[in-house]
Amino acid sequence: MAERLMPEPTPESAEFWAGLRRRELRIQRCRACERWYFYPRPFCPRCWSTDVQWRTASGRATLESYVVCYRPAPGFEDCVPYVIAVVTLAEGPRMMSNIVASGVDAGTPPEHIPQLLPAGLPLEVDFGKRGIGTGAALELPLFRPGTPRAQGADR
Amino acid sequence: MSDSRAMRRAAAIVGAAETARVDVQPDRSELSLHAEAALAALADAGLSPADVDGLATAGPRPSQIAEYLGIVPRWVDGTAVGGCSFLVHVGHAAAAIAAGYASTVLITHGESGRSRVGVERRVPSPATPWGQFEMPYGVYGPPTMFSLPVVRHMARYGSTEEQFAAVAVATRRWAALNPKATMRTPISVEDVLTSRLIAWPLRLLNCCLVTDAGGAVVVVGGERARDFPRPPVWLLGRGEAVAHQNVSQMADFSGSEAYRVAGGEAFRMAGVGPAEIDHAMLYDAFTHTPVYMLEALGFVEPGDGGPFFAEMRTAPGGELPVNTNGGGLSHTHTGMYGMFAIVESVVQLRGDGGARQIEGVELSLAHGAGGMFAAGATLILTNQP
Repeated sequence: MAERLMPEPTPESAEFWAGLRRRELRIQRCRACERWYFYPRPFCPRCWSTDVQWRTASGRATLESYVVCYRPAPGFEDCVPYVIAVVTLAEGPRMMSNIVASGVDAGTPPEHIPQLLPAGLPLEVDFGKRGIGTGAALELPLFRPGTPRAQGADR
Repeated sequence: MSDSRAMRRAAAIVGAAETARVDVQPDRSELSLHAEAALAALADAGLSPADVDGLATAGPRPSQIAEYLGIVPRWVDGTAVGGCSFLVHVGHAAAAIAAGYASTVLITHGESGRSRVGVERRVPSPATPWGQFEMPYGVYGPPTMFSLPVVRHMARYGSTEEQFAAVAVATRRWAALNPKATMRTPISVEDVLTSRLIAWPLRLLNCCLVTDAGGAVVVVGGERARDFPRPPVWLLGRGEAVAHQNVSQMADFSGSEAYRVAGGEAFRMAGVGPAEIDHAMLYDAFTHTPVYMLEALGFVEPGDGGPFFAEMRTAPGGELPVNTNGGGLSHTHTGMYGMFAIVESVVQLRGDGGARQIEGVELSLAHGAGGMFAAGATLILTNQP
């Protein structure tokens, strides 16, 4: 199996990666304009305020868009097909992820994919290790179909 | 404050060429593809290397091309925003010529995209935003990233796999009229929909070719345009924009802000609207990119791009001929296709299109994409003084 590249944190993103090891989705929120943002930066990309803080996101999201990948990246050979998605967190920001427990597998006829994974599908974060086969495991924020909840869980 | 509208016809393309072959050339290095195209474009303009005092390129650095060609330009542009970089260069060259920074600008492209001969290796960086926040999820080349927004377009507008497939079918009909095109055998919507799955909703025939080829253009001041052997092609409007680097940061998956900004700038400068365009080159890295472009540039309302292609209105005989060389889907796609879009606009405006020539073309639009909906660039060109 091909070697899989592992992401390298920078000082600005270290808290995000440290949070994942505790199974917490840590993202940033601007105290000036009161908006959340992702990926990590030492300032708000909307209003450029540097008055920003790390918070734990609710883990709830919706499915923005996706592809079902049949031609695997190195290190992903054992999970074909896999769903590469961009999700919209309940707090607002978007992030790329994988959808797990999607119901789409190698035997799924492609015409069934839109029913299994409709755009807007409610999702919940499901921390999981990827790239175990390479010996270099890493906790990532993956998402699985979930149930929508009315209230945010911002802490 | 300057106004870009004062720049209409301030520059002209007086030389344009592709390499003799645009398919697969394992016997050619990337730099030699640049050089073949550069020499051909200069010959087309009736110029010699000593006449070139401005150079722009993307891929290799301009210094690599200057060294290989043995020239020392006094103006240089290495703007690299992906496949539309060469359209950006044309706009920059016009400004440089107007400012007196250069008089004769050579813009070159060459890429051994398929055979990878003499290609500089670029390694992925695991510490960049992409390396941290996209790479870990198994993205693997443009088919898994450039196509990520498509499902949202389908959900919002009801666009269908059949409509995207029709883009490939219409484009192949044009390729059948171009003896140089890499793929010329007619295909059907059914052929596209049963081709190999790559990254649903993308299948093999939704994806561009990967080829080895080059192209080049020569840009001079508009007032000199008639001093050259071939019919002049003036720059009427140009626009460029970058919106993001990583597709997960794209603001709205159902439409491209970069394409909208670039197109809006070009139309404003040119003083024309989409309805007046006779011929369009819409960078087709995948079947969905011309759909997004048709909508972003205002040729149709958002959501109407898919039906427009499905009704074959861009195919030979249609009201808006699009990608008449056969496009990136069927003519050639080295990796940074934009140069070939410019060259085909010039071919059509000169009346050199042979079997694929559109009658009475006066205004041609070329629109390029860069990265994963990251950048856009638009040129509006005319043969009318």
